[in-house]
Amino acid sequence: MTTFSQVLSEVAMLLSGPDPDLIEIVGLSLRVSVTATVLACLIGLPLGALLAIRPFPGRGLCTLLINTLMGMPPVVLGLMVYLLLSRSGPMGFLQLLYTPTAMIIAQFALVLPIVAALTRQQVEDSWKDYCDPMHSLCVPTTSAVQTLLWDNRLSLLTAALAGFSRAISEVGAVIIVGGNIDHLTRVMTTAIVLETSKGDLPLALALGVVLMTIALIINALVFSSKGKLA
Amino acid sequence: MLPLQIRQLAVCIDNKALLHNIDLTLADKGVSILMGHNGAGKSLLLRCMHGLIEPAAGSLQWAGIHATDINSRHRQAMVFQKPLMLNRSVAGNILYVLKLRNKPKDRLQQHLQTAELESQSRQSARSLSGGEQQRLAIARALACEPEVLFLDEPTANLDPEATQKIESQIHHATGKSIKVIMVTHDVAQARRIADDVVFIHKGAITEHTKAKTFFTTPESKQAHDYLAAYVKPV
Repeated sequence: MTTFSQVLSEVAMLLSGPDPDLIEIVGLSLRVSVTATVLACLIGLPLGALLAIRPFPGRGLCTLLINTLMGMPPVVLGLMVYLLLSRSGPMGFLQLLYTPTAMIIAQFALVLPIVAALTRQQVEDSWKDYCDPMHSLCVPTTSAVQTLLWDNRLSLLTAALAGFSRAISEVGAVIIVGGNIDHLTRVMTTAIVLETSKGDLPLALALGVVLMTIALIINALVFSSKGKLA
Repeated sequence: MLPLQIRQLAVCIDNKALLHNIDLTLADKGVSILMGHNGAGKSLLLRCMHGLIEPAAGSLQWAGIHATDINSRHRQAMVFQKPLMLNRSVAGNILYVLKLRNKPKDRLQQHLQTAELESQSRQSARSLSGGEQQRLAIARALACEPEVLFLDEPTANLDPEATQKIESQIHHATGKSIKVIMVTHDVAQARRIADDVVFIHKGAITEHTKAKTFFTTPESKQAHDYLAAYVKPV
């Protein structure tokens, strides 16, 4: 039976010395999740803002779709990306399967609806106050989007963090498209799954603690930067 | 941009006619005041004049150009009763408009000075007091260098000192030959600054006269009752 003392001793061991394997896994986890989140923000923020302020036929349907995609199971999305990137798939010629790039694509697809949906809601709420002044000043749509994104920057930072949290903590998609290959596509969550299947529960839990600590540090960094952005 | 010519204007919202049979010509510069009871349609008419609302019937033209035409609206600016403060500094709010309208950035100081906000230029606009926010909103509108300035109850809920500063900005605007069209409930203020008064009652204009005439011998019964209620001791 795994005890908390065993977990704590494993955590202490993991953090006591610079384990090259752990550093590699943590580094790849951060590289994949941060890249996916940044790319999702670059597209999701303006997309969500546009959905909020620009009326067009089918806007309600788009909103419904994006909101629904927030709940997409990572395994299902991983399978879809797998089929897309597999040799016989439409993008198989790119030979991206079982590479970190494939993992970034899968996590990007997971994070994009979260960022876009949360942005749309936030910007739509703000637009009630901004609509008349923006029309009065004859602000073009692109400038209005920029203005709303900038003025809501603190709230949207939370949307970005929600997206990052989804990316760094998911396992279903990255294990399917990445394959959990040692020194190539192994990240924190896939390592936890591996250790669990091997029965090394203290190490699996210790890796989980390390993962949460990293998430905590990133959240703290973002939280502290809010004051500077205000 | 003048004259403003409104003919048989009607505005309906949710199938309810909130403005009807509006005929009005504003040809002179100076300050025109829209007065009337709450819900009479003053703010709605102001938004219509600015081209923010498409009328259900009739026409509204600025020197022959339709009010909703972008060329017409580029020459106007509006300050709303609850002014929107962009989430940036006081200076940032004015710079936003200067950049938007391709005006030189060096005009910033001049606008801050007119609004008496020089010392707060780096402060967050949203941390200003109500009066300061309203002055900033007017300064931002004036940064557009409009020919017509719409003000929707700019001094509502402000103390006398803050009101005086806003009126000083209005005088500054009219001194630059900007036509000011303003909604106010403050009869004393209207007396101080109005050149002409448009009185609206239940969605229709009952009177448009020179300010002096309006405050001494109002033509319509509704305007007479409105002014009488104002001076009647409680």
